[in-house]
Amino acid sequence: MLLALFSALLVLLTGCNQLAVLNPKGPVAKTQSQVIIFSILTMAIILLVVYTLYIYMLTKYRASKAAPDYEPPHVEGSKWLEITWITIPIIIVAVLSVVTVRSTAAVEKVPEGYEDQKPLVIYAASSNWKWHFSYPEEGIETVNYVNLPTNRPVEFRLYSFGPITSFWVPQLAGQKYAMSDMVNTLNIVAEHEGSYMGKNSNFSGEGFAHMEFEALAMTPSEYDDWVKEVKDTASELTEPEFDKLLETAHVGRQTYTSTHLEFRPAPEGENAGHHHGGENGAAEESEQTQMDHSTMDHSDMDMTESSDHEAHN
Amino acid sequence: MKWDEFFVTGEPMIYGAMVSIVVVSLAILIGLTYFKKWGWLWREWLTTVDHKRIGIMYIIAALIMLFRGGVDALLMRAQLAIPENGLLDAQHYNEIFTTHGVIMILFMAMPFVVGLMNVVIPLQIGARDVAFPRLNAVSFWLFFAGAMLFNISFVIGGSPDAGWTAYFPLASIEFSPTVGNNYYSIAIQIAGIGTLMTAVNFLVTILKMRAPGMKLMKMPMFTWSVLITNVIILFAFPVLTVALALMMFDRLFGTQFFTMANGGMDMLWANLFWVWGHPEVYIVILPAFGIYSEVISTFSRKNLYGYKSMVWSMIIISLLSFVVWAHHFYTMGHGVMVNGIFSITTMAIAVPTGVKIFNWLFTLQKGRIEFTTPMLYSLAFIPIFTIGGVTGVMLAMASADYQYHNTMFLVAHFHYVLIPGTVFAVIAGFYYWFPKLFGFRLNDRQGKLAFWIIAISFNVTFLPLFFLGLKGMTRRMYTYSESTGFGPLNLIASIGAVGLAIGFIVLVYNIYWSFRYAERDTTGDPWNARTLEWSTHSPVPEYNFAVVPKVDSLDAFWESKKSGKPLFTDKIEEIHMPNNSGQPFILGMIFMFFGFFMVFSWWVPAIIAGLGIVVMLAVRSFERDHGRHIPVSEIIKTEKALSSRMDTDAGLRGEHA
Amino acid sequence: MKVDHTLPLEYQTEENSNRVLGFWLFLGAEIVLFATLFSVYLTLWNRTGSGPNGAEIFEIGPVLGETFLLLTSSFTCGLAVHSMRLGLKKPFMAFFGITLLMGLGFLGIEITEFVTYVHEDATIQTSAFLSSLFVLLGTHGAHVTMGLLWGGGLMIQVKREGFTHDTANKSFIFSLYWHFLDVVWIFIFSFVYLKGLM
Repeated sequence: MLLALFSALLVLLTGCNQLAVLNPKGPVAKTQSQVIIFSILTMAIILLVVYTLYIYMLTKYRASKAAPDYEPPHVEGSKWLEITWITIPIIIVAVLSVVTVRSTAAVEKVPEGYEDQKPLVIYAASSNWKWHFSYPEEGIETVNYVNLPTNRPVEFRLYSFGPITSFWVPQLAGQKYAMSDMVNTLNIVAEHEGSYMGKNSNFSGEGFAHMEFEALAMTPSEYDDWVKEVKDTASELTEPEFDKLLETAHVGRQTYTSTHLEFRPAPEGENAGHHHGGENGAAEESEQTQMDHSTMDHSDMDMTESSDHEAHN
Repeated sequence: MKWDEFFVTGEPMIYGAMVSIVVVSLAILIGLTYFKKWGWLWREWLTTVDHKRIGIMYIIAALIMLFRGGVDALLMRAQLAIPENGLLDAQHYNEIFTTHGVIMILFMAMPFVVGLMNVVIPLQIGARDVAFPRLNAVSFWLFFAGAMLFNISFVIGGSPDAGWTAYFPLASIEFSPTVGNNYYSIAIQIAGIGTLMTAVNFLVTILKMRAPGMKLMKMPMFTWSVLITNVIILFAFPVLTVALALMMFDRLFGTQFFTMANGGMDMLWANLFWVWGHPEVYIVILPAFGIYSEVISTFSRKNLYGYKSMVWSMIIISLLSFVVWAHHFYTMGHGVMVNGIFSITTMAIAVPTGVKIFNWLFTLQKGRIEFTTPMLYSLAFIPIFTIGGVTGVMLAMASADYQYHNTMFLVAHFHYVLIPGTVFAVIAGFYYWFPKLFGFRLNDRQGKLAFWIIAISFNVTFLPLFFLGLKGMTRRMYTYSESTGFGPLNLIASIGAVGLAIGFIVLVYNIYWSFRYAERDTTGDPWNARTLEWSTHSPVPEYNFAVVPKVDSLDAFWESKKSGKPLFTDKIEEIHMPNNSGQPFILGMIFMFFGFFMVFSWWVPAIIAGLGIVVMLAVRSFERDHGRHIPVSEIIKTEKALSSRMDTDAGLRGEHA
Repeated sequence: MKVDHTLPLEYQTEENSNRVLGFWLFLGAEIVLFATLFSVYLTLWNRTGSGPNGAEIFEIGPVLGETFLLLTSSFTCGLAVHSMRLGLKKPFMAFFGITLLMGLGFLGIEITEFVTYVHEDATIQTSAFLSSLFVLLGTHGAHVTMGLLWGGGLMIQVKREGFTHDTANKSFIFSLYWHFLDVVWIFIFSFVYLKGLM
């Protein structure tokens, strides 16, 4: 009871608006927020049942209330009661499973209603404690901030130049890992203009706490203006400059009129994953790109497959 | 290597720690010499193979580690109490949350559980010791060596700093160049070997050494939980062994398992780690379920409700625990299919766990509930753990987990599972079985005070973290800015942490006070309990039972008290007991030095220490030690001496011989 | 000490039958250990980086030699235990000795094989594939080495003490261990060498 009061109080104090996860600004985060609220309500019912029984048992059967000669009976259990509390949870889990699978499928895809539009592709790569955003179509690149047009599907392609990081803009969509030898895809649509906190949520060393970026959603025309402005004012990203950038632990915002993808392609397709033994092309030999070897696409990435065997052994 | 590279320098807090370590060690050495206790320490403790004493040593080590891990936790909470705090720098904070995690799971929860297993299991099944007493001592000393090795890392060479999960490539030599993660891979390995041997030992003990008549389905629930736990250990720990070995090879010998070039695969580590890591959670939770079953049944004065479904739900949990590991990284991008399957297996665990919760609730029904200290912890467990459980189901839903993953929500969840689940249980078990070991109960009033402070502070500490997670605060951040709005809730959590510290201080005072002043128990059965361990004297004589009990029901001791039918009907015969040996202790110490040399890649000393280990194994192989026999006369003398301070029915214990 | 004479010598005391069960459980853990190593190997086997792949370095000749030696040694080990149960010390010593010699031969071939790989610039550091190959084979090889030391010690003990509860129990447990290593080798032969050569 105390707990319930306490949590109710906290919710009132903080309010949903301040809980970023429950204050979505795009369809993906909205789906997730709905799933979360649905699950909280379901769980609240379960807690209510358990707490009611608990309080009943503790108040009714305390020794201080019992008759001095009361001796508790020997009870083996009850078939029907036990069937009840096996069946009902199974039904709840089944319902939740359906919700989970459907919502997971939904958030992995381009959000409903946006399938027809050509998505804007943005590569988001982490290095040390910063984020590089490359817009291959526009031919521009930014560091530590990303601008998006509203109401247009954006496809983030995530990878890392070092430790595993996790790309997360809570108000737009749940997170996904950026890793060094494969590219993960995260679909986002921002439906409202605004500035949203983005961050790496997976611990990646000393500068981790400061590894944040701003995701700024703007109208398509504002976005086009911004792209034009960048092309007019910023300078080109050269390979030596990029190498220097990779070395640096922290930098402020940067803007360039070319992307690093031209000389340092992302670990996808030809350039990615694992090598199948013996067919190493000379082109792939460049040691300085850290994710040069091994080419593996997403589907046969499935470690889970092989570990599965051992788990059953 | 220069001395200033060897010792960690430049940190006032660590200098302070070094000085206090030196002072405390000197005080212990001087004290032992002054009171002429060296011989006593060696004969009675370091060389012991008695499961009760080994259990006590495990528990003492666990309490020391609880202190160490607790200090880490307090430092973290102090750092996070206000925005932009400068108490700790990033590196120091990273080391502290890493050691907090490793120590609390592997060097506090595990040994505490293993300690209680050691103390209770042979007594509860009516055996005189475990199946392999010498191996049991080896297990303990290996655990101890691993724990010590891990703990010296913070003054010598630096602590691991890549989180308790040590994800690659972050934990590779490239991104974590200090020896810290060498300590991680080697110290945990040594302790892990000890744990694996414990599993073999207790499986054989429980399978083969139960009192006559104690069928599997007549075993006490704690024994059942330990049996299942050890099966999990047996199948999960070898995976950790391999993972840590590969980690060590990557860091010390330049292999390419988890590297970013030449085909290495960072996700392989995450998979191996969690294939062990998730069952590990149940390794520390299931024995806790066993303890709660014993305590709740005892203090409701009722048999456990739904015994069979309790057993089956543990078996199902143990099986499911091996097929859920990928839920620790839904966000790795393995698609809807894989995430969906792992979501369902994970949520399925809620069903058998729910069964257990309802069975405990219905054990209370029509009972005669007494609110003793162990019972309070057990009762507090139900509502608090249920919060941990339902948030676990929420986390299991992959789509939603994309929002909770790596956040304070997750941190809150697993503390809501592990603290009421494991920590409350071991404290409950400690209070419950303490009189069996020492012959007196801990003061109940102080115990209850400590309980209320701990239970309330726990919620004050961890409830705000759920909301911090939903606000977008990730775990493992050493600082945050004021504009994030994380400040107030963090401050509440930090105040709660201080409360927890106070609660534990009261608990320690309770132990101290009770040692000096508590009333001695003369019955051997101060709680009016149900299982066999209460049928012998307190403190327990080295041979546990003068006569092996004969059992024909669940809660055999309870039935015997009610019906008056004696448990001990045989005549006293001479008892075969194992001899003490210094070898396990020496082996443990050699392992510690071996590990230390490996950490620093000092190959020549490492090879010498490695040969030392082989020599110790050979010595053991050639040794012929068949133990000793305690003659009947001596047993009768001991029993008389113990009975004279007891006022119960001597016939119950078979002293009529 | 309770002794049950209806059982084979190595099982007769309670302690000894506990030890046999304990060792079986330990072998269960060993199975998981090797299964994990196999999973690692099968995950990484085509991640050869800039190094050679299996087909380029494996040679079937020595591998067949190793297989022959280890399989035969498992058979002679069985004969040794059989002799022990019949109480025949001399045949036991002979079969046991042959077992260990074959183990030694196996180890010799394996070490030569490793040296050849290293000379071909296929070292443990070259690629993920080679790291996992060396660690898998090395773990098996280390087990064989331990077995040789252990078995050597047992031969001395049997020579000194004859067949007692202790020596019989130890020899039997050793045989379980040795057969287990043989089974692991069959998996290595199939999933490492044959798969690599195909």
